[in-house]
Amino acid sequence: MQDTSNALGAPTERREGPDKVTGAARYAAEHTPAGCAYAWPVPAAVARGEITAIDDSAALALPGVIDVLSHLNAPRLVEPDDATLAVLQDARVPHRGWYVALVVAETLEAAREGAAAVRVDYAVEPHDVTLRADHADAYVPEDTDGTSGEHVRGDADGAFDSAPVRVDAVYRVPPLHNHPMEPHAATARWHDGRLTVYDSSQGATTVRDVLAGMFALPKERITVVSEHVGGGFGSKGTPRPHVVLASMAARVTGRPVKLSLPRRELAAVVGHRSPTVQRVRLGAEKDGTLISVVHEVTSQTSRIKEFVETAAAATRVMYGSPHGRTTHRVVPLDVPSPSWMRAPGEAPGMYALESAMDELAVHLDIDPVELRLRNDTAREPDSSKPFSSRHLAECLREGARRFGWSERDPRTRSRAEGPVLVGSGVASATYPVLASPSRASAHAYPDGSYAVRVNATDIGTGARTVLAQVAADALGVPVERVRVAIGSSDLPDAPLAGGSSGTASWGWAVHEACTRLAKRLSEQQGQQLPPEGVGATADTAGTADAESEYARHAFGAHFAEVGVDTVSGEVRVRRLLGVYAAGHILNARTARSQFIGAMTMGLGMALTESSTMDAAFGDFAERDLAAYHVPVHADVPAIEAHWIDEDDPHLNPMGSKGIGEIGIVGTAAAIGNALRHATGVRLRELPLTPDRVLAGLARGM
Amino acid sequence: MKSFRYVRAHSVEEATAAHAGRPSSRYLGGGTNLVDLMKLGVESPRAVIDISALPLDSVEELRDGSVRVGATVRNSDLAAHPLVRERYPVLSQALLSGASGQLRNMATTGGNLLQRTRCPYFQDLAMPCNKRAPGSGCGARDGIHRDHAVLGHSRQCIATHPSDMAVALAALDAQVELYGARGRRTVPAAEFHRLPGERPDVDTEITHGELITGVLLPSATAGLPCAYRKARDRASYAFALASVAVVLSVEESVVREVRIAFGGLAHRPWRALRAERELLGGPPSGEAFRRAVDTELAEAEPLRDNSFKVPLARNLACDVLGRLAASPTGS
Amino acid sequence: MGTEVFHSEVPLTVNGEPRRPTVDHRSTLLDVLREQLGLTGAKKGCDHGQCGACTVLVDGRRANSCLLLAVAHEGADITTVEGLRSADGEGRHPVQRAFLERDAFQCGYCTPGQICSAVGALAEAEAGHPSHVTEPGTAIGSPAELTRDEIRERLSGNLCRCGAYPHIVEAVEDVIR
Repeated sequence: MQDTSNALGAPTERREGPDKVTGAARYAAEHTPAGCAYAWPVPAAVARGEITAIDDSAALALPGVIDVLSHLNAPRLVEPDDATLAVLQDARVPHRGWYVALVVAETLEAAREGAAAVRVDYAVEPHDVTLRADHADAYVPEDTDGTSGEHVRGDADGAFDSAPVRVDAVYRVPPLHNHPMEPHAATARWHDGRLTVYDSSQGATTVRDVLAGMFALPKERITVVSEHVGGGFGSKGTPRPHVVLASMAARVTGRPVKLSLPRRELAAVVGHRSPTVQRVRLGAEKDGTLISVVHEVTSQTSRIKEFVETAAAATRVMYGSPHGRTTHRVVPLDVPSPSWMRAPGEAPGMYALESAMDELAVHLDIDPVELRLRNDTAREPDSSKPFSSRHLAECLREGARRFGWSERDPRTRSRAEGPVLVGSGVASATYPVLASPSRASAHAYPDGSYAVRVNATDIGTGARTVLAQVAADALGVPVERVRVAIGSSDLPDAPLAGGSSGTASWGWAVHEACTRLAKRLSEQQGQQLPPEGVGATADTAGTADAESEYARHAFGAHFAEVGVDTVSGEVRVRRLLGVYAAGHILNARTARSQFIGAMTMGLGMALTESSTMDAAFGDFAERDLAAYHVPVHADVPAIEAHWIDEDDPHLNPMGSKGIGEIGIVGTAAAIGNALRHATGVRLRELPLTPDRVLAGLARGM
Repeated sequence: MKSFRYVRAHSVEEATAAHAGRPSSRYLGGGTNLVDLMKLGVESPRAVIDISALPLDSVEELRDGSVRVGATVRNSDLAAHPLVRERYPVLSQALLSGASGQLRNMATTGGNLLQRTRCPYFQDLAMPCNKRAPGSGCGARDGIHRDHAVLGHSRQCIATHPSDMAVALAALDAQVELYGARGRRTVPAAEFHRLPGERPDVDTEITHGELITGVLLPSATAGLPCAYRKARDRASYAFALASVAVVLSVEESVVREVRIAFGGLAHRPWRALRAERELLGGPPSGEAFRRAVDTELAEAEPLRDNSFKVPLARNLACDVLGRLAASPTGS
Repeated sequence: MGTEVFHSEVPLTVNGEPRRPTVDHRSTLLDVLREQLGLTGAKKGCDHGQCGACTVLVDGRRANSCLLLAVAHEGADITTVEGLRSADGEGRHPVQRAFLERDAFQCGYCTPGQICSAVGALAEAEAGHPSHVTEPGTAIGSPAELTRDEIRERLSGNLCRCGAYPHIVEAVEDVIR
């Protein structure tokens, strides 16, 4: 009988933990093959134009500089689907910060000095980097993936206009940067016609496939290793320019090449969360029942890539209403290409929707928890599909109980500690259940050990550990007997760690392989295993990506208490509590860390994080970690994460939903709603910094 | 970063001679700002003169009761020093509100005074900046300037000085000790940093070859009630949006001594002399504080996106004045 | 002269062992540790003293090694995360153990810096150093009491993007109590 210590849900310690606390874990830039050279990129200094000349003579004259690559001499690569990877291929500059050259040198110091010595001339063209909701170039994108574009139910605008109670407000979220602690880095080496790359990536299989396409190599001749990855939050979800540059430089120079992107260049080349301007209209009955929900989102994209920040997508899931319209509009600008950042779409979208719900609650003088309960729905409003499981109401009630919500005086400015006003707020959370096909293999050996192989990536989630638990569970053996190999494209192909889908996707294949292996073993009962062991494989194509008749989403509720200093306008979160319904929680220990971590990022989104586009120069002004304010220890109070275990048979063999992103969804709204409760001031633009708070207090809104 | 000669100085004379003899040389103290700027290419010294081994690393009480702080005393040691905590708590508080524990362990007293602005246009070689490249223009004036100056700025430059420590020194009437070819001299801390005017490239009154040897904390402000308050975008490890250092002595309901200095508002710590004059000899009332601070801030010329700094600075100053009037520790 | 690259041999002690790397004057201590001495425990997160991932102990004090010129550290005694040990020198340092027990990290990239910073901060508190949140009027000279707010303030020079802060604070509390 199986030992309960390996049961799914157990708080098993991270397998790589000892390596991480002793410094033994090696990340992409921490491999230094013999003869390794160092690369340093040169970013474009104009927002739009053409390179007219590159003078690399001064750089090449520096001691230690090996080569300077640019579009004039770099290898021509096969055009990638993702235009942001077509670096050093032509003279176009689509945005400021776009890489226009790469210096390769014997040392980091020489490479950096070399990059500073490269002179680039441009034919500058007028640029436009300013996002406005009424921009003439705004368009509604095609609804290619079911989340972008426009969805309409009933007569949303007419029903809003005739609703007894109406909220009509515009919310703004600024550009945000992922800024994982490990900058994007790659160490590339060509040997015997093969390419080996250590890459900081959320998915090495995709990196290998893209490099194979661009360098016209068979996949078998490329190995991409992402053993330890210092965070990504979406910004390492697909290959980024650094891995192409490092691979190119290694090919040209015949040397292994290491490239770690300078922190201040990340904002321009690895994606950002697009700013959004969101107009939300809620039409309701006097009892708070929603009649119509209209959510219109305008976001930006670059000239070379369409990316839609699908902020209205969650509105299609959240609350029942007979009428609804959710519309995305995109404005192509001369800006860096936006991309995924933790809960792309849901994070900014639920800030707007959940702030608007709070406005409705205030308007009607209904408790904001109660208002949400009244609008709970058994079917997904947009698709009319039944939910496979939806425990939003339970999350709200359980959160309210744990938070002590019933003791809250609903009146604004009802709690003061000297000049500090204290208030609390609530917001709901949701995130879709996603899964992609994956392969995996499982082996049993005569010594009683097992090995699972799958090219999963551990970006900090604890993937190794939870996959061992999944395998042990399927095999019915103690978790210590299972070795797990992940983080290399030589392992069975697997999708990325992203969309809160990694564990579901990889675990599904691991579970299937292990189930098959267990069956084979039971058939051989009593027989000695051969020295090479017995194996089984799985491929979940067609299964993991099969259409479901159910709408599948995780739900949650966030509760926040803030203190607002009326002298300085400084807002500090005092308590933050989340309750989630996300299927079976597979590892209580690492899951809690993920929930708390995402809530922390939500706290940053609410209070500290912001980037500003300089209209004249086309650049983000906050490019380093002194100017872009990631929350620090002192910003973050004790955070509580709890969950309601769901038994949902319509998900995957583990019964799990994704947990990596839902914690950021709605957190900013809960904090903004708490600010309003504390002060009576409703701010509709993030972050809630002293300048805005003081102005709000002065307006006395 | 360009390569450079490295010189370890063993005496003040040796250091200043080495510096004076090389036009493109820089002193290295903690390096927290210099190395940062060298990596950005903003500073490209051909020689770096390491002064960290100079015998300037002590805090001592002089016979007249003043306290002399050596230029290479680290920020964390200065903030923790009993003489500073007892007599000049505003200085300790200001130091501890700046940077991080690690940076304070590295940064020196002299280096803190000589740190450069954090204006993003100054830090980026591809941008115009009259401070870094005179005549190239100011990108911030019509650009991103939420963090920039509201007082004493010029057409040429709207940068602020980022130091917290210097704000406390200005309020304490400290003196900056310099040594150079012209011998020793002292400059009031409140006048050590310049306003940008037509020469924003010149941050301070120091001349090439001169070295900050120390800071003198006068006995006159020792032990007076004082406090520092800073507002910032996150709870720690961030530069000031605005800050204030206040020294206030009240006897028999009359303001006997008052010194107010603002940080984050100007190209230098902004000593609020007008407000001080208005308050001296008057009642320590909230109304008087508000009026005096408003008088001082009336000359503010906010830019498009930083007008919030004026009410913020007023609120901070009135809050600290009020708290000091009520209790000597301002807590 | 314009293109001359200056080097110096710099004797120093790293994790108890004498080393004599020849360093480019432009090299930071962080880059010497990582690229020349193979000690990649100290991380490069920002390279400008803005994240704390590179924190090491220099003569027992925590510092951002990305802003220290290696050439200026002749004779310095450097301890990196690889060199931390329990008091008896055999096992892991109590802070390392507490981080494991509290799951005080996710991606692990800021972790060596957090751990070295915590070790340095504990020593500073023991030496009576105040912090920004220390109440004015607190006794001078005696060890600082590390409340949760004190721990948070003192570790604020170490960013963690995964948001492990609450667990890091718990880990440090475990070491104190």
